[in-house]
Amino acid sequence: MLELKDIHYSVERKEILRGINLVMGEGKIHSIIGVNGTGKTTLAAVLMGLNGYKPSRGEVLFNGKNITNFPTTERAKLGITLAWQIPANFEGITVREYLSIKKNSVEPKKALKLVGLNPDLYLDRTVDENLSGGERKRIELASVFSIKPKLVILDEPDSGIDMASISAIKKMIRSFKKMGASVLLITHSERMARIGDSVALLCNGKIVKEGNGKEVTEFFRKHCKECDHIGEIEEEILK
Amino acid sequence: MSFDYSKEFKMIAEAYKKAGGNEKTLINNKFGSIVINENRVLGKNEINGFHVKHESIKEGVNVKIFIDAKVKIEFPIHLCFGMLPKEGKQVINSEFFIGKDAKVKFLAHCIFPNAKHIEHIMNSKVSIGENAEMSYIEEHYHSESGGTFVYPKLRGEIKKGGKLFEEFRLTRGRVGVLNIDYEIEQNEWSVCDILTKVYGKKDDRIEVRESLHLNGVYAAGTAKSRIVLIDNAFGNVLGEIEGNAAYTRGHVDCHEVVHGKGAKAISTPKISVENSLARVTHEAAIGRINKKELETLMARGLTEEEAVDVIVKGLLR
Repeated sequence: MLELKDIHYSVERKEILRGINLVMGEGKIHSIIGVNGTGKTTLAAVLMGLNGYKPSRGEVLFNGKNITNFPTTERAKLGITLAWQIPANFEGITVREYLSIKKNSVEPKKALKLVGLNPDLYLDRTVDENLSGGERKRIELASVFSIKPKLVILDEPDSGIDMASISAIKKMIRSFKKMGASVLLITHSERMARIGDSVALLCNGKIVKEGNGKEVTEFFRKHCKECDHIGEIEEEILK
Repeated sequence: MSFDYSKEFKMIAEAYKKAGGNEKTLINNKFGSIVINENRVLGKNEINGFHVKHESIKEGVNVKIFIDAKVKIEFPIHLCFGMLPKEGKQVINSEFFIGKDAKVKFLAHCIFPNAKHIEHIMNSKVSIGENAEMSYIEEHYHSESGGTFVYPKLRGEIKKGGKLFEEFRLTRGRVGVLNIDYEIEQNEWSVCDILTKVYGKKDDRIEVRESLHLNGVYAAGTAKSRIVLIDNAFGNVLGEIEGNAAYTRGHVDCHEVVHGKGAKAISTPKISVENSLARVTHEAAIGRINKKELETLMARGLTEEEAVDVIVKGLLR
């Protein structure tokens, strides 16, 4: 479904992504774990084709099609979408409208129920700062679900929220899988990463280890938590 | 109920409908209303507790609106001010007297559907009695020519415990030239919230001044504006609040969005306090459409143009 071939991305001569290679299958959850500053969010932006995030080298293939130069909207039309770590607020737009911005969206009530929010209480609220962080993240996932995606990129879906919201988010991630979508789950939480059918460890712009959840998260705990990320650590890990 | 069932009334009612108003409310006994075209009052409906005095002047109408003390008007009172011709000038000198403990909501529609060069001057004076509450929602509907010149001026006083909620919207059709000038004096425990929403296009010119004087203890007020400017439109917003008494609270909130190379926005919050127990704050956001909002919608499959449209509509709602 998704293949990244030698993806490089630089900002002001500093290389943030240093040759990412990754293959993701259809209907699978693939976690990417790494501490802050390793390039996780940059990778999400490159995959979504956000403005200013064109790779300096490498290719992004989706269902065999080279989409490296596709703009965000075109990627979204193919079924790729992204939920941000801190979702945007939309003044004056109700949850109902936000969940139906695209034609043929899933019924907003259904999408809200899936993330554990009562539609009667939320549909007419506006998508702004009056929602708590947890509510906003759940609505973001509902919005992603509503467009019936094929590949969902989730950037730190569990950061800054309570346990109830985390549980709802995990349930939603599994729902994506049930509907046949693939999920690229970006996180620095070991528990969250273990939801993945496979896990990759991102360190200083490179994937340094791939495997099952237990194996990679244990490796992450042992080698990465105290890391200062000055650019040499991955060599030690690889040894 | 007195009405002039002329063709003119039907035409203005039709324009009122296009402006978002419900034309049936203008001929329904339950709703208070007044309909003015050019310098003629075409119809009015006075209901219990709502009285109107009016006189035609050369280029407009003098109107006095009274809400009796202790009367709470159940349904909004509909005000329709319009100019059907392509050219002309209309001056509305209006005075609102809201009696003690009264409560009323006005829905005003100002409609200039055929304007090529129309000047609309609205001089309003508002007096809100003790513990009375007035909401005034004014929606404009202009032609696409840009030949509309609108000068709404409001001077108001809110007595002890009184409330004023004022909302001005000009988001459909071309603005032309708009110069809003509001100034409200607030006594103790009074509340005033002013909100202005305008969508400027092409070479529209928008000037907004919202000024609140919090003179009495515990008076509170917000001056809020949402202006979207595209093409070569220009917007200049001055939000002004003075905290002149103890425990007064004020907030200026201005958000101007510029989309396009030639558009320009200026925002000036001016806040002052003369009492150490007063607190007045401000926030202003000015610039292009929020990148993350735009990208979020594009990541859901909207084109950039569609995403801008959704964001702007929300902002101006």
